[in-house]
Order: sequence, then structure tokens, then C-alpha cells
Amino acid sequence: MQRSNTDVWVGLLVVIGAAALLFLAMQSANLLSISWQKTYEINALFDNIGGLKKQAAVKSAGVVVGRVQDIRFDDKSFQANVVLAMDVRYQFPKDSSLKILTSGLLGEQYIGIEAGSDIANLAQGDRVQSTQSAVVLENLISRFLYNKASDAGSAPAAGN
Amino acid sequence: MTSILAHIGAWVRLWLADVGHAATLFIRLIWLGPSCLRRFGLVRDQMHFLGNHSLAIIAVSGLFVGFVLALQGYNTLQRFGSASALGLLVALSLVRELGPVVSALLFTGRAGTSLTAEIGLMKAGEQLSAMEMMAIDPVSRILAPRFWAGVLVMPILGTVFSAIGIVGGWLVGVVMIGVDAGSFWGQMQDGVDVWSDVGNGFVKTVVFGLTVSFIALRQGFEAQATPEGVARATTRTVVMASLTVLALDFVLTALMFKL
Repeated sequence: MQRSNTDVWVGLLVVIGAAALLFLAMQSANLLSISWQKTYEINALFDNIGGLKKQAAVKSAGVVVGRVQDIRFDDKSFQANVVLAMDVRYQFPKDSSLKILTSGLLGEQYIGIEAGSDIANLAQGDRVQSTQSAVVLENLISRFLYNKASDAGSAPAAGN
Repeated sequence: MTSILAHIGAWVRLWLADVGHAATLFIRLIWLGPSCLRRFGLVRDQMHFLGNHSLAIIAVSGLFVGFVLALQGYNTLQRFGSASALGLLVALSLVRELGPVVSALLFTGRAGTSLTAEIGLMKAGEQLSAMEMMAIDPVSRILAPRFWAGVLVMPILGTVFSAIGIVGGWLVGVVMIGVDAGSFWGQMQDGVDVWSDVGNGFVKTVVFGLTVSFIALRQGFEAQATPEGVARATTRTVVMASLTVLALDFVLTALMFKL
């Protein structure tokens, strides 16, 4: 009796250990991803996604309405193909536009969706046409420096 | 002058003899592994004693360490506007460092001390000598099952600690503070690697299991056969095992996570 009792407890311990390892492997290291909410997929092509990652939020007016499900490279158009899983509770017009935005100054990137005015709504498998790429800090700085340089070049001529 | 030299010489000789004894015992315990696992009943009883009884303290500590990590991590991260990396911070610190190390320290306090005291009292009561008189080897009958039970149980406890810690971090970070659940799990899944993070953490727990069980058993086995001797051996188990775990952790981290 004592013997089988100990067997049960040690068996339980081993099962708990295995469950913990499985949890670590799946939930924290993502060997397998499961989602519970019902979603519909839409996709969009971006020229540059910057630091956008899978699972990043899709927000409208600051409210999370979906997630980035997959990011692929389209070697026909040489653009990034981003698949979004949108919550079925929220419907958006067909001509809605997508923008890659950054939360905070150095925070993570997310996709902002702005509703259009079309009567028909986006459905499973649709492609969003109007997209705006991520702001790349280097490009922004170099453009700023060019502007500065051209200002500096024209200012003395205008001043004197 | 010569007496000082003699002191140094004697100290080196004793130290070497000590290292030799320890190494011999360690190799014998490793060598006895297969025969121990063949008679699994003894190991199983010890696993029950060392593992199941430590599970509660491991689970509760893991939960609170996760809570604190999430609170402190959020405080620091939100200053840089990157609270969304909270999940990654909690998971990496738990899986790589805190899970293995803190659970090894708790295992030392909860299980290592009882091992030392048990073996030390057996020695003080001359039970070990009595076994030898009956031609039963105390190392293979008493020490080896406890050693292997400790080695098998420690990875389970360390993994449970990390897993429960992450759940604790989720409770405080997502449920209480309100960090976005998607970025909490998403950044975690993006930054944590199964082999290099979870796997290396697991290897650490195995090494710590070997270390702590061995130190505890050896201190008990070498204890002076008096009440004070057992008390001193138990204290030494905690001090030596904790220091060895922390030092080994540094070495393992330097080897595993090269820059």
C-alpha cells in the first residue's frame, strides 16, 4: 500500500515537471502557437516594416483590434508581406489604410489601421492597398541633415 | 621558519587528501548510478522525500519571484517606454538565471540539510558501521540512492520554478498592471530560444543537482560522530553548497552565453 502510494506521488512530481518544461518550450519559446480568439486574416504589402515583429498589435484609435500573424518577404514585388489576424468583432471598410507606428520614442512597433469610407468591409484573405512604411530613423536624420545643409547653403546668399 | 613551512606543507597535504577523498566518493556515486536505477524503489522513496516535499516551497517562491520581477521590471522599463518587453525580461531572467540558482539554493536549504543531518545521525548512531559489519556497503545502499534522487529531482524543481515564475510575472504584469498581453507573450516568444535559453537553464539545474546532493551527502558522511559534529556539518552544507552553486553559475553562464 505504502509502495504504490509513493509511486503515485513521484509520478505526479514527474508529470508536473514535464508539464512545466512543456509550458516553457511552448508558451515562452513558441514551439507551437495557439490562439483562442476568432479572427479573419487580411494581408498587406509594405516597402519597409522596420522592427515590426510577429504578435505585434494592430490598433485603431489606440485599441487593439488584431495581431500580426506572419511576416514574409514577397520576392515578386520585393516588399514585405504582412498577414494580420483581425478580431471578428471589428469590421473595417475595404479602403482602410495601414501605417507602421512606434509606441513611445524607442518602443515597439505596431500597425495602426485607419478606417476608410467604402461600404464593403474587409473580409478573409483581402489585401489592403494603402500602406505606409515604418519610419526609419536613419533616413529621417539624413533627410533632416540634407535640409539643414541646403538651408545653410542658401541662407548666406539670402542674408547678404 | 621551518615550523611555518611545516604548517604550509601539512595544510597542502591535508587539502590534497580531502580533494582526493571527495573525488573518489564522487566517482563511486556516479559509477553506482546504473545499479541504483535498476533498484529504483530506493531512489523513488528518496525522490518522494526530496522532491514532493520541496515542491510547495519551490512553487510559492517561484510565484513571488515572478511577481517581484514583473513589478521591478515594469518600473524600470516604462521609463524607457518599453514596458512591452516585460515578458522577455521576466522569462529570460527566470529561465537563464533565477530559476536554476534560486531553486538550487532552496533545494539546499530544504533537502540538502536534511540529507546531511540524516546521514550524520546515522553515522553518530553507528548505523553505518553496523551496516558495514553486515557486509552492506553504506555508499551503495544509503548514499547513492539519495544522490541520484537529488540529481533527478533538481531539474524538475528548477523547471517548475521558472514556469510558475513566468505565470507570476504574467499575473502582475498583464492582469494587475495592464501590460498588453500580446506584446508580453509575443516579445517573450520572439526572444527566448528553446535550446540556448530553456535548454541551457535545464543543463544548469542538472549540474546544480549534482553539486548540492554531493556536497550534502559528503558533509553528512564525513561529519564527526557527535551532536556538535552533525550540527557543524549541516551548517557547512548550506554555506558550501550555496557558494559553490553561485560560483558554478558564473562559470556556466560565461561558458553558455558567450558574448
